[in-house]
Amino acid sequence: MAPKKTRTGPRNPDLVPGIKKFSRSKMYHKRGLWAIKAKHGGKFPSHEAKPAAQPDVAAPEKAPKFYPADDVKKTRAKPKKNNPTKLRASITPGTVLILLAGRFMGKRVVFLNQLPSGLLLVTGPFKVNGVPVKRVNQAYVIATSTKVDISSVDVSKFDDKYFTKEKTKKAKKTEGEFFKSDEEEKSVLPQYKKDDQKAVDTALLKAIEAVPDLKTYLSARFSLRDGMKPHQLVF
Amino acid sequence: MTFKRFVEIGRVALVNYGKEYGRLVVIVDVVDQNRALIDAPDMVRCQINFKRLSLTDIKIDIPRIPKKKTLIAAMEEADVKNKWEKSSWGRKLIVQQRRASLNDFDRFKVMLARIKRGGVIRQELARLKKENAA
Repeated sequence: MAPKKTRTGPRNPDLVPGIKKFSRSKMYHKRGLWAIKAKHGGKFPSHEAKPAAQPDVAAPEKAPKFYPADDVKKTRAKPKKNNPTKLRASITPGTVLILLAGRFMGKRVVFLNQLPSGLLLVTGPFKVNGVPVKRVNQAYVIATSTKVDISSVDVSKFDDKYFTKEKTKKAKKTEGEFFKSDEEEKSVLPQYKKDDQKAVDTALLKAIEAVPDLKTYLSARFSLRDGMKPHQLVF
Repeated sequence: MTFKRFVEIGRVALVNYGKEYGRLVVIVDVVDQNRALIDAPDMVRCQINFKRLSLTDIKIDIPRIPKKKTLIAAMEEADVKNKWEKSSWGRKLIVQQRRASLNDFDRFKVMLARIKRGGVIRQELARLKKENAA
């Protein structure tokens, strides 16, 4: 017996654009409408007709005072929804990602969760490969199929506002100060950010060290070697 | 110099081109100069050009165009699957498939294992060299 094939194309294909292969009666049979009818005792299943809505007797409509000269389309208020970028199915919390661009190009990094802006929240962990808690665009990332257990990590305090640059007020420089070096303007990483990093990483490190070789894997950078064909590689 | 693998009824072949690439099939009939009828336990019997087949050493005993049941029984009797998987060609294919399916983490682990193995080999070689020199 030939194996049962799942439907690959339309039931009624076009022979030529505009002309279908099967007639109405043939399609009635192919769609199994005879079986549906038989199942429901000779009639198609139908919904009960809703009772017609009573016309509003309360206030008769008054004629408007002004008619616009041209026909004006009545615009309907559409609530604008800003959804975060659709996350690839291969990226789930705990996935190891390979960063493809930027300072940390090639680094293998753990995905924490997606922020409301659509960017991905990732961490090295910092102790393993020097990547701090940072945001990364989904397009610049390869998702591997390796997953880390992330259930013990709390990422609720990170959101997009956490990562915005602090607005520093630029004081007007006098002539003498122009020639001074800009060393004093260096920004220092605030202590609370270092503590947040530690908090995320200690929980994550336990999960990473549970898997043999995973720590060395995360500390190594990814690169293409001779013979590696990216379109044929399984990540 | 003489040919050793012939196109005959019962010859097991590997499909090397097309939709059925990589499948082990049995030649159950010859259509004409260029085409054979092939069959396998998990596919519908079909015709294929000889150019798309690579003949193997394995041959089974079947009548011309056997029923699926007969074919499967004959393949079991000749133990085609095990013979194939033990042959060097079959083993090579299995290794190729395994390597192609490796994950990025798996590839990393393989790299670590190869470095480790190389280190052990080099140590042993150095030890043997020292013994020989002494």
